[in-house]
Amino acid sequence: MAEAARIINLMEPGHTGCAGCGQAIAARLVLKAAGPRVIVANATGCLEVYTTTYPRSSWEVPWIHSLFENAASVASGMEVALKAMGRYEGVKIIAQAGDGGTADIGIGCLSGMFERGHDILYICFDNEGYMNTGYQRSSLTPVGARTTTSPPGRMSWGNKTRKKNIPLIAVAHGVPYVATATPAEPRDLVRKVQKALEIEGPKYLHLLVPCVPGWGYESELSVTMARLAAETYLFPVFEIENGVITKVKKIKERKPVEDYLRPQRRFAHLFKPGGEPILEELREIADENAAIELGPATLFGRVKSED
Amino acid sequence: MEGSKAVAEAVRLCRPNLVCAYPITPQTHIVEGLSQMVADGRLEAGYVLAESEFGAASIVLGASAVGGRAYTATSSQGLLLMTEVMFNIAGMRLPVVMTCANRAVSAPINIWNDQQDAVSIRDSGWIQLFVEDNQEALDSHIQAFKIAEELMIPVMVCMDGYVLTHTLEPVDLPDQEEVDRFLPPYNPSYRLDPDEPFTMGSMVGPDAYMETRYHVHMDMMEARGVIERVADEFYRSFGRHRGGLVETYDIEGADLVLVSMGSLLGTMRDAVDELREEGLKVGILKVRCFRPFPASAVHDAIKGVGVVGVIEKDVSLGLEGTLCSEMRAAFCGEESPEISSFIMGLGGRDITIEEIKQVARDLASNPACRVEFRGLREELMKGDEG
Repeated sequence: MAEAARIINLMEPGHTGCAGCGQAIAARLVLKAAGPRVIVANATGCLEVYTTTYPRSSWEVPWIHSLFENAASVASGMEVALKAMGRYEGVKIIAQAGDGGTADIGIGCLSGMFERGHDILYICFDNEGYMNTGYQRSSLTPVGARTTTSPPGRMSWGNKTRKKNIPLIAVAHGVPYVATATPAEPRDLVRKVQKALEIEGPKYLHLLVPCVPGWGYESELSVTMARLAAETYLFPVFEIENGVITKVKKIKERKPVEDYLRPQRRFAHLFKPGGEPILEELREIADENAAIELGPATLFGRVKSED
Repeated sequence: MEGSKAVAEAVRLCRPNLVCAYPITPQTHIVEGLSQMVADGRLEAGYVLAESEFGAASIVLGASAVGGRAYTATSSQGLLLMTEVMFNIAGMRLPVVMTCANRAVSAPINIWNDQQDAVSIRDSGWIQLFVEDNQEALDSHIQAFKIAEELMIPVMVCMDGYVLTHTLEPVDLPDQEEVDRFLPPYNPSYRLDPDEPFTMGSMVGPDAYMETRYHVHMDMMEARGVIERVADEFYRSFGRHRGGLVETYDIEGADLVLVSMGSLLGTMRDAVDELREEGLKVGILKVRCFRPFPASAVHDAIKGVGVVGVIEKDVSLGLEGTLCSEMRAAFCGEESPEISSFIMGLGGRDITIEEIKQVARDLASNPACRVEFRGLREELMKGDEG
C-alpha cells in the first residue's frame, strides 16, 4: 500500500460522489494500483456521472464512457484495434461497471469479452442495486434487502432472490483470474488489481462497494460496512486462479450477520416481528460462504427455490 | 463479382484496423469474405467475432475511439439491435463505416429485401448512402471512409439485400496503390492514448447538451458538400463518377418524375425508357444520400415538374413512405408539385417494370397527391370479410 500510495491520484477528488461513497474509494484504489498506462472503458452509472459532469473530469487517464451495457465490448474493440495498430505495448485496458451493468444488462457483452479471451481487467463495482436511478433491485441485490422495486410490505419481506454468482460465471468461461475484494482492505484490493494486470487474458475482479444512501447507514461507516460484509461472510473474499480457489480471506473472529444488517436501513424491516426466517436464510448464506475451501472452484451458494 | 464480395474487396482495400460483425442474412457473405481474407493473410486487421450486433457495434466504437479504422456490417434486426450504439457512435463523432444489407423488419419475420431497417434509424446521426448496383456499392465504401474521417461522422452504405448482396455483376476493382492515394491512413485529431489522457463520453446536462446536438446537426448539413466533393475526387482518381447526393435520368422536359433509392433505380430506368417510347414524358430522380437529406439538390432537380411519384420499400406506418415525406419537406414554403407515395416491394415482393409503368400512367391521368400500396395480392386483402 505504501508503494501504491506514492503514485499520484489518477482519479482526482472534486467529483460529485456522495460523502463516504464506497465506490469512489475503491475506484481510486484501482487506478492507484494500475498506474497511468491504462485506458478505461466505463459503463453508465454513478461512477460515470459523478466523475465526468461536463466540462469537468476526475480522470487523469484516457477514459471513455459509451453506454450502460457495453463497457466489456468497447474495451474489447480497443484492445484488438491497439494490437492491430502496433500501439498495445505497455498499455493495460480496464473495463468497469456497476452490478447492474455487469450482472444484468451487460452480461452478454461481458460473456463475449470473457469467451474471446481479450487481455482486459473487468471490474464490477457491486453496490447491490441500481443506486444511480434511486435504489432499485438488481440481480446482485441480497436476500431481504429493501430496494424501491423490492419493497417490503404486507406480502413481502424485500428482495426474494440470492445474489447471482458472477465470479463463478467468470470461472465457467475459463477466465484465468477471478477475485473479490472490498475497500475495507486497500492493500488486498491493490494487490489483486496489480496481480490481475500481470496476467495475460481476461480477468474479473468483483468489488463490494457500500452505498451510503442506497443501503441507509451513516456516511462514516462505509469502510466498516465493507469490513463487516466480509467478517460475517455475507460477502466472501477470495481468489480463483485457473479454476482453482487459491486464497480465501481468513476471518479471525466471525461476526453474526446482524452486526452487518442492523446499521442498514435496507434491512431494518427484518428486525420486526416475522423477519426471523429471512434472517435465518441470510445466516445460511453466510454459512455456505464460510464453507468455501481452497481447491477446484465448484458451485457455492445456490439459487433459492420457489416458495 | 457478387455484391457482397465486391464490398469485402473494397473494405480490404481501405485497410481497416478492425473488422467486427455478427452474422445475419443477407449480410453474411460480406463478413465471411473479410474473415477469409484475414485467414489467408490478404487483410491485416483485427477480426472480432461478436456475441451480438449490439456487441459488434460497441466493439467498433471502442476500436474507433483508440484511433483505429473500424468496419462492421449488418441487416434488419441486427441494425435495430445496434440502434442504441449507432446514436452513441454518431454523438461521439467516431468515423465508423458500416454496410447495411437492407432487409425487412419483423414482425412478421422476413429475410428478404426492403429498406425499412435503414430508414427506421435515419435520425441516428449516420450518413446514409443508398447504392444502385455493385460497382456503386464498391465505390461508395471507398468514399465512405474518406467522408467519415474528414467529417468525424459515421457512414452507412445501404445496399439492397439479395438484389445486390447476392447478385453477380461485373465490377472494376481498383488496385491497392490507387486506393492508398485516394484514402490516406486515418490520423484522428483525438483518440484515447495514455500519452495524452482525455475523457470521452462525459455526462452533459441542460447547460451544454443542446449545443453538442447543434454542432452535429450543422456538420451533417455541411456533409452534403463533402459528399459531393469526395465524389468529384473519386472521379478524378478512378475515372468513374459514382457518388454524390442525387442523380437524374431523362429528367429534362419531364412532366412527371419518379423518385426512389437503391437497386430499384435500374428497373425504373428500363421502365422510363419504355414509357418515353409510349410518349409519356417521365424522368427519374435517384436519391443516393438519404441522410443528410439533400433538400436543395432534390428541389433543384425537380423544380417546375408538376407531378412526382415516390416509389419506396418502406412505410412510416400511419403516414406514408418516409422518402415521400422528405420530398415534401424539400418544397417547404414554396409551391410544391403533387407528390404521391407508392409503397411497393415490402418484404421482398418483386417490383416489375410493368408495375412502375402503371404508376406513371396512373399519375399522368390523375396527378392528385395520394398514398397507395401497390402490388398487393387481392386474395389476401379480403381478411375480415371472409
